[in-house]
Amino acid sequence: MSPTSSEIIQGVRASLPIVAAAAPFGMLFGALAVDNGLSVGEAVLMSATVYAGASQMVGLEMFGANIAPWIIILSIFAVNFRHVLYSAALGRKIGLFKGWQKMIAFFFLIDPQYAAAEARADRKQPLTMAWYMGMAVPIYVFWVLEGWIGAVFGSLITNPRALGIDFLLPIYFLGLVLGFRARPNWLPVVIASGLGSILAFYTVGSPWHVSLGALAGILVAVVIPPRSAQLAEATP
Amino acid sequence: MTGMYLGVPVNVWIIIFAALVTYATRLGGHLVLSRFKQIPPRIDAALNAVPAAVLTTLVAPAAVTGGPAEALTLALCVVIGFRLPMMAMFCIGWVLIVGLRSAGL
Repeated sequence: MSPTSSEIIQGVRASLPIVAAAAPFGMLFGALAVDNGLSVGEAVLMSATVYAGASQMVGLEMFGANIAPWIIILSIFAVNFRHVLYSAALGRKIGLFKGWQKMIAFFFLIDPQYAAAEARADRKQPLTMAWYMGMAVPIYVFWVLEGWIGAVFGSLITNPRALGIDFLLPIYFLGLVLGFRARPNWLPVVIASGLGSILAFYTVGSPWHVSLGALAGILVAVVIPPRSAQLAEATP
Repeated sequence: MTGMYLGVPVNVWIIIFAALVTYATRLGGHLVLSRFKQIPPRIDAALNAVPAAVLTTLVAPAAVTGGPAEALTLALCVVIGFRLPMMAMFCIGWVLIVGLRSAGL
């Protein structure tokens, strides 16, 4: 077997657990998209072009609430901003990629893809385009398919409230928030964002509670002395 | 959102621009941040805080504007989420909201 095809197979193998884990959310996205007023085609278009689960869900929450388009786009940008860091970190490790290959590869840079690529580089295995796309393509194809299936079946649901569908996004977002709990300043950031967003919700009103609440949390993170500085003060 | 702009539904425009800004984050880090030798600690702290800060604002109002069923579900999900994986918390939360609502809360 040529090195290229064995790398593709290793990539496909790495994709399998991600394909399985993402399946419920891919379908959930499609169902919620229809519930929030998107057409089946629009739901599939969003999965195929944005290709970032959490931000797609954030967008849906806002499509249903008659919010100005630029705020929806800005919010999706804010949720996806972490990719800037992935991109910067991974950019140094894909020296084997040609320039145009990097342009393609970055489109598929979702959280698990980033994590797996970093892990492969740590193991000193070659981080090639063949491996990378071997992992990326199955995840992508299934994600788009699941969005379509979810959207088709979602339009059959007539009473989403009785099935709790309308409340799945807050639960999902809460899960994501808890997933970041290992990060520095997590608790103060979450408390500041939570209180800030509730306060803004009742005073300024929706949708400004999103940007104002997030700003409160980020300001807290900036004001708290960075860890490295604390260490520097502690060690004379 | 409904309506058309230049013959294309507004929703489609939003999706196209959302896709462009998302791709910009995935490409931009490599193009821009790789020029810096080191990210200043406070910028790094701000960037680190971004996802939790944004996502919290989508949960907190739902906890106080819904009824007791919604508030109780989220409170229990916090407790569960610290102990169980995301998918387990999500499924239990789903059962909780359906159960509590059908119980009349």
